[in-house]
Amino acid sequence: MAEIQIKNIAKNFGSYQALHDINLTIADQEFMVLLGASGCGKSTLLRIIAGLETATTGEVWIGGRRVDHLSPKDRGISMVFQNYAVFPHLTVFENIGFGLRMQKLPDDEVTRRVERTAGLMHIDQLLKRYSGELSGGQRQRVAVARALAMEPDVILMDEPLSNLDALLRLEMRAELKGVLADSKTTAIYVTHDQVEAMSLADRISVMHQGRIVQAATPIEVYRNPAAEFVAGFIGNPPMNFLPATPSGDGKWQVAGQVLDGPTSRSAPLQFAVRPEDIRPADSGLTATAKVVEPLGAHLLVTCEVEGTMFRAVLDSDLTVHVGDQLTLAPQPDRIRWFDPETTLAVA
Amino acid sequence: MTDAVADLPADTGASRKAGQFLYGASVVLLCAWVIVPLYFLLLNTLSSPEEVNSFPKSFLPHFDLGSLTFFANFQGILRALWNSVLVAAMTMVMSIVIGAPAGYALSRFEFRGKEAFRLLILLTRAFPLPLLALPLAVLFIRTGLDDTAFGLALVHTTLAIPFAVLITFSLFSGIPIELEEAAWTLGCTRFTAFTKVVLPLILPGITASAIFAFVISWNEVFAAAVLTIENRTLPAFLLQTLGEAPLHLKFAGGFILVVPALIFIFAVRKYLFAMWGIANR
Repeated sequence: MAEIQIKNIAKNFGSYQALHDINLTIADQEFMVLLGASGCGKSTLLRIIAGLETATTGEVWIGGRRVDHLSPKDRGISMVFQNYAVFPHLTVFENIGFGLRMQKLPDDEVTRRVERTAGLMHIDQLLKRYSGELSGGQRQRVAVARALAMEPDVILMDEPLSNLDALLRLEMRAELKGVLADSKTTAIYVTHDQVEAMSLADRISVMHQGRIVQAATPIEVYRNPAAEFVAGFIGNPPMNFLPATPSGDGKWQVAGQVLDGPTSRSAPLQFAVRPEDIRPADSGLTATAKVVEPLGAHLLVTCEVEGTMFRAVLDSDLTVHVGDQLTLAPQPDRIRWFDPETTLAVA
Repeated sequence: MTDAVADLPADTGASRKAGQFLYGASVVLLCAWVIVPLYFLLLNTLSSPEEVNSFPKSFLPHFDLGSLTFFANFQGILRALWNSVLVAAMTMVMSIVIGAPAGYALSRFEFRGKEAFRLLILLTRAFPLPLLALPLAVLFIRTGLDDTAFGLALVHTTLAIPFAVLITFSLFSGIPIELEEAAWTLGCTRFTAFTKVVLPLILPGITASAIFAFVISWNEVFAAAVLTIENRTLPAFLLQTLGEAPLHLKFAGGFILVVPALIFIFAVRKYLFAMWGIANR
């Protein structure tokens, strides 16, 4: 059982505040992904949980035990690094067994655990090699096997796949998900790749400028972004935004169209809709096609709606030419509204 | 058109040949630069006194061991050799024991005055030794360190430490911090991570840096001549005794001085190469 609680964590580097009052609870055996652009503080937060960095204020609890004053080795964690950090002077076997040897486990137990985890990561035939003789993908497998062999309560991963080429990344992603689900370990995974986050996570914490903007399941983050930042960050292409002015009684004027919206607000809002939730219709927003990209499965059309860029993912059977006038209707139940002052979602 | 195509390979072939020739010539020249003086040293050492002063010289020595035998039986030479080894060994150990932790701190920690500290380390070499020799001699006599191998090793350590610090600094900087961090998460303390992960990786470099210290001490003559009387090191001893000696004995003395250092460097040469290679790891 290893639930992780992060309480009021803040971190300053000199006068720069990298993390602002982070509060997060990660359930036992949950796969949590910290997602954000570079410099958002996600790696710093992970390193604070690992004990490689000390928080300026706040507490870290793992499995009901406060650990923020403990050194990394006493926290019941193990970590996978972006550049693998496989020890070059040791064989693959000794790398995987390194932590077990530090725990002074008997030789036959070390051998058993090394062989088991090496089998899980399909590197059993490489045990006698040195890291200089391995490819990037193999080194990453060694790094994951080394972390798993410790049988930790929590496994922490800092962009573990970002040094691999695209195809290998896809393969390792699926494998990691399977292996970690079987290991019943709580996992925290840092990435800037939203596809990786969506495909791996039980829950995603989207981070921006040292704050967690939203922590929710991948589909919730995708469907109901809590803030404009999340809406613009998640999804490829991201959500479309248009200014909306109130015309009373829950009616909102968007690019000359009147749409149903929140009843509780009277100040202007941002209207938002995903490009894939738009259909050509008889009545709707008037758009001029600027760029047409046939992507095989869909047709990505970048248009202009009252001077604002607006993307639509349409059926690939449609024929659209640059300069065409389109009438596009957003699916009513997929429309979201944001307050331009706070940038937060409005129900 | 066809001419141009035909010319092209011939052209690059010629320029490649010229490049190879230039490369080969440079290698020969550099080797000659080092080897020719050593060869003459050897030649003259193994020649009789008459041959040393004659001209032209033969290119093969006559293996006249007269000069060397003279030295072998010379009063105090073995003692001086032993002193040299002793002082150089102490210098080697002390400069690493003091210099390596400083190099580690410089590469791993951020602290105020770090840049100034790096500069200051180099500045210790800015004071000419003759300037320091007199006050040092007085200080050593007062503390009883004068005329001891340990006292001299202290001075040599001071000379060697800047190199030890800067070499180990670049060695430690070449080891990714993640390797240490990984070790910490796998159950190591800061100390065991160092001994189990960092040390094995930088050992070749440490050895090379120790060799530098050894050679610095071995070659140093000024402090050795000023600070010791009975316990002279080999260079100081030879400086003192060979000043007025005939030419063939000077050659033999030079030979005795050069050979141990050559043998030592030859024996540990792979560590010297490893030091340059380690940055690419």
